[in-house]
Amino acid sequence: MIPLSHYLILSATLFAIGGAGVFLRKNLITILLSVEIMLNAVNLTFVAFGRYAGNLDGQIITFFVMTVAAAEAAVGLALVIALFRHRESLNPDAFTSLKW
Amino acid sequence: MPETVVFYLFAGLAVGASALVIGQRNPMYSVLLLIASFGALSGLYVLLDAPFVAVAQIIIYAGAIMVLFLFVVMLLNAPKEDAAEWDRTHPLRVPGVARWGTLLAGLLIVQLAMALTAIRDLGAPVGSRTDALTVSSVSDLGRVLFTRHTFAFEATSILILVAMVGAVVLARRESEQ
Repeated sequence: MIPLSHYLILSATLFAIGGAGVFLRKNLITILLSVEIMLNAVNLTFVAFGRYAGNLDGQIITFFVMTVAAAEAAVGLALVIALFRHRESLNPDAFTSLKW
Repeated sequence: MPETVVFYLFAGLAVGASALVIGQRNPMYSVLLLIASFGALSGLYVLLDAPFVAVAQIIIYAGAIMVLFLFVVMLLNAPKEDAAEWDRTHPLRVPGVARWGTLLAGLLIVQLAMALTAIRDLGAPVGSRTDALTVSSVSDLGRVLFTRHTFAFEATSILILVAMVGAVVLARRESEQ
């Protein structure tokens, strides 16, 4: 049997990879993909804890996270398309005029 | 012990594919690698006795969300970050803020690993509780979802409706009238 801590460490590693992607990459699509990695890391934590506690709530909340991820992807990609039409670029540095 | 081997196989696959996702210059490869990572995670869900979550992971994430990403990558057709931009922004070549971010991310891994290994109780295997249900059936899941979590379920439908309307409004081309 795998100890619970192994799952949690794996999940923390995935979350850190996703966070690094959000901060380091200069491409809006890759940033959204990194957010998906982070959401999946959290899902793994929920399912592992749910299995550990022996109830189904962890799996239920995973479905809700998946739903939110789908909604986030739809709206986020619509925003990316709108921004790309505006500037012909996916680099977040091209959209700094929102600052003022 | 085959279970341990399978766990480390899927864990390595998930971490490796995820690391390559943020290491790729071409978003097309990033999306495909993320599908591989989600497949590995779904294997881990099977290992955690959550077969329905595993199937939903494949159908919803790999099947729907990633196809949406692929669709947008192909639609925009300007995906690749050019080499100069990549060299300029690569975390290992630029000192300062970017390297600071990498350091913080590494620190986060170390801290979380230390915190998790420090807790004694978590060393117990995941399925060791005797009162726990073994393999969660879909009917059990449905019963819990539609009794205890009914409100959250209904609220989710509103969320999806709002997201759908929002996506249509945002991505619509402004008509020139």
